[in-house]
Amino acid sequence: MTTHLDHPTAAKEFVANDERAHWHDQALWFVRKKRDRVAHALPEWEALREQASRIKLHTMSRLAQYLEEFERQATQLGAVVHWATNAAEHNQIVLRLLTERGVRHVAKSKSMLTEECGLNHFLERHGIEVVDTDLGEWIVQQRREHPSHIVLPAIHIKKEEVGQLFHERLGTTAGATDPQYLTEAARQHLRQEFLRAGAGITGVNFAIAETGGIVVCTNEGNADLGVSLPKLHIACLGIEKLIPRAADLGVFLRLLARSATGQPITTYSSHFHGPRAGGELHIVLVDNGRSELLASDDFRRSLNCIRCGACMNTCPVYRRSGGHSYGVTVPGPIGSIINPFADPAAHSSLPGACSLCGSCTDVCPVKIDLHHQLYVWRRRLAEKGLLSWSKRISMKLAGAVLRNPTLYRIAGWFGRNSLRFLPRWLVYNPLNIWGRQRELPVPPAQTFRELYQIDMENKNSLGDNSHG
Amino acid sequence: MRVGLFIPCYVDQFYPQVGLATVQVLEHFGATVIYPAEQTCCGQPLANVGLADDARPLAQRFVDLFSEYDYVVGPSGSCISMVRNHYADLLGEEPRYLELQRKTYELCEFLVDVLQVPEIAGRFPYRVGIHQGCHGLRELRTGSSSEIVGASFNKTRKLLESLKGIQLTPLERPDECCGFGGTFAVAEEAVSCMMGRDRILDHLQSGAEVLTSGDMSCLMHLEGLIRRDGQSLRVMHVAEILADCCAQSKTLP
Repeated sequence: MTTHLDHPTAAKEFVANDERAHWHDQALWFVRKKRDRVAHALPEWEALREQASRIKLHTMSRLAQYLEEFERQATQLGAVVHWATNAAEHNQIVLRLLTERGVRHVAKSKSMLTEECGLNHFLERHGIEVVDTDLGEWIVQQRREHPSHIVLPAIHIKKEEVGQLFHERLGTTAGATDPQYLTEAARQHLRQEFLRAGAGITGVNFAIAETGGIVVCTNEGNADLGVSLPKLHIACLGIEKLIPRAADLGVFLRLLARSATGQPITTYSSHFHGPRAGGELHIVLVDNGRSELLASDDFRRSLNCIRCGACMNTCPVYRRSGGHSYGVTVPGPIGSIINPFADPAAHSSLPGACSLCGSCTDVCPVKIDLHHQLYVWRRRLAEKGLLSWSKRISMKLAGAVLRNPTLYRIAGWFGRNSLRFLPRWLVYNPLNIWGRQRELPVPPAQTFRELYQIDMENKNSLGDNSHG
Repeated sequence: MRVGLFIPCYVDQFYPQVGLATVQVLEHFGATVIYPAEQTCCGQPLANVGLADDARPLAQRFVDLFSEYDYVVGPSGSCISMVRNHYADLLGEEPRYLELQRKTYELCEFLVDVLQVPEIAGRFPYRVGIHQGCHGLRELRTGSSSEIVGASFNKTRKLLESLKGIQLTPLERPDECCGFGGTFAVAEEAVSCMMGRDRILDHLQSGAEVLTSGDMSCLMHLEGLIRRDGQSLRVMHVAEILADCCAQSKTLP
């Protein structure tokens, strides 16, 4: 999924609706506060983060070994493991599994990987109907949109809009907004979809190398229902989802739900160890650029990500610009790191969609140094010649001035005196972006340097010995 | 103790009173303050847009100018963080830099950690809202951030709390970013201004009369919005408040 708008342009559109932008900001801040409450209730929180980070870094340092161990163990349990280099291979594998078995209807539970690979559209083009069974994802699917958040896919949609959509699609009472009533209508509808499905597709939160088991976390139980009725379960995961041992799982399950939604634990943490009796379990391991990330000293740590979405909930820019402003499947701080990796030119505005406040780094349960990686990205983009011309020209000029103290003083004098003596309409011209909504500082007659020198001369002439 | 005074470029040009206040506070507590007149800018604006090669000579100049002092102190968490945390990317393991890195401090952390100032005499009888500059908070750790679980502390607050008559006003979001972010303020102008207005509203709703911070750059952005929107909230750098109180204690009998 890509869009032609760069982030500042899309963000400006979102911000233009002040009431809605504030509503969005407050909805996500509410989730951040819930996260704070449950995190601060655990005295061992920082130790857990450290432990999780180390487990992930260790796993990534031996990823090939753990992937092979996982394949062996999963195969022994009776699952079939497939390897996909990229999104196209992933989609082909899934399509083949479905068409070989004559499956026309699929119940899918939430999977950001299948979003990343564009699986829904691909299968639909081949005549297979895919229904997203996570309520939020079902809502965005019905609206022909993409999720705007990786954990809360429909966070950008108001309940009034959901009521209208349900009225049109499910025949609920016009104007109804009661969440309980609407959810029940969706539940009844989705029940039929579950019964109709010939296969269930799920994402995976954790794949355990030691056991060959996979763990899927949902709050709605839709993954369990989706794979328990049909005979075929296809589980799709990025290769970074590996953890070495079953014993490591507790560390991540404790961090995941608390960081994501402020719950002590996800409602359903479903463990799948091989196929159920009479059924088939196919596990598709997808690379799609992850090996290149693993090879990158700058951005390797982003593979620690467990997709909790906490960096989005805390990001002051994400909260006020909306997930769609990033134009990618995984938005927010983590998305602004991994998407430019796949296509630097297309996503060159994302590392700049950040004030470098560092809140994401402090909130991340697996201690990814998110804001530092965004800072590094800016340097890499400049090296690739992808810095915007306005930033490049203005900063090149600033650099030349700042390297020379005399030039700096002259430029400063001109700048301050232009502000002091030019008419307001000329100072606040259309090119003055700072001044559209803000006043410029009131320029003083003298700089600190000048005033300090006067001060020193006065002190010396008075024989002041305070510097002695 | 010879302290090399680092005055960020925009403070030199636009807020000389903040620089003078910094000198007064440091001298009040016995430091010998020297201002190397050839300084310009730490290079952060260039590094933040990604122009490392253009920022490097400025980092090198900084090390050349400030290496000789016992300490380097500046009234800006963000610029100090540039020196302490980001020069390494530009200068590597250069020994003179590593030495400088250890002795470079933001004003409040220097007062609390090095000079060990327990309290400041003097009255500041106003309701004051503290804006936590993000780089001071999360890169220098001058205080505990709301995300991290552990003991709560704040060096700026500790100094302000000791003033007589001051009331520090509680915020709904104690350490959210104001949206300045250097070039971010212009490149992402819409989000930046929305972030700033949200911070100001939080302070106004908490009843603050004075808005203070260890970072004048955040305050430049916030003051720009306050003046444009015609709000009544006075903006002062924390050095100005502390200098005011130090001056009072001098004149006290």
